[in-house]
Amino acid sequence: MEKNLLFDFTVDKAAKTVYITREFAADLPLVWDAFTKPEILDQWVAPKPWTSKTKYMNFEVGGKRFYAMVSPEGQERWAIQEYTSITPKTHFKMYNAFSDKDENPELPGSEWEYNFSEQNGTTKVSITIFNESLDRLEKMIEMGFNEGFKASLKNLEQLLES
Amino acid sequence: MDIRRDVFQAIADPTRRAIIALIALQAMTPNAIADNFNTSRQSVSKHLRVLAECELIKQEQQGREIYYSLKIEKMKEIDSWLNQFREIWETQFNQLDQVLLNIQKQTKN
Repeated sequence: MEKNLLFDFTVDKAAKTVYITREFAADLPLVWDAFTKPEILDQWVAPKPWTSKTKYMNFEVGGKRFYAMVSPEGQERWAIQEYTSITPKTHFKMYNAFSDKDENPELPGSEWEYNFSEQNGTTKVSITIFNESLDRLEKMIEMGFNEGFKASLKNLEQLLES
Repeated sequence: MDIRRDVFQAIADPTRRAIIALIALQAMTPNAIADNFNTSRQSVSKHLRVLAECELIKQEQQGREIYYSLKIEKMKEIDSWLNQFREIWETQFNQLDQVLLNIQKQTKN
């Protein structure tokens, strides 16, 4: 695996926005598929040992993806994404909200914007995540939870209290 | 009134981030810092005040001059908060690297 691929991550806590840029050693159509096709998404979006389970996904404007992050113990955390704008192989936007298993969203959610570009076989993906509430931003941590994170979450709580 | 501010409020402003980057290299006087910006000295001292209130920077008197420098411990707090998010994304993207590699191998065969 190439280690010199760009990974840029910044959080603007005041603007409640996260900016992420990452390069991938693959051409654009493949990377686009990896972000927009459920069978590929489910292979990588859940940080191990969590797994991702897409119940359904209609990748079209107004369409939705209903999925769960499943813990090693089988605990399911459901979320709904609604696609609000799509420019094939260039850009898409969605609104993401946690939900219960019956698709009832827990608002507020967050707005996600993805931009894709390719140069010399390397594909750059830029992601902007806007959260209406900071709690929501911190809850995102839980989605990628594993045992190792619990200690650092404690640190975060202490930090936010201080 | 002493208003306790959030460190994240301090770094939300581009001028304040630039000030942090400047004094990370060496302690500087307010005038020397202001020389790096097109804005007024008053505006720069306002930013310095916010940074000081957030305890991101400290001031030290050296002779007749005041020098500002970074408080590294506070910067580490920001870093540890951010790291939790960064780690999740790093894990995800490393998994995606592997998935892309597997797909590329499959299509070659």
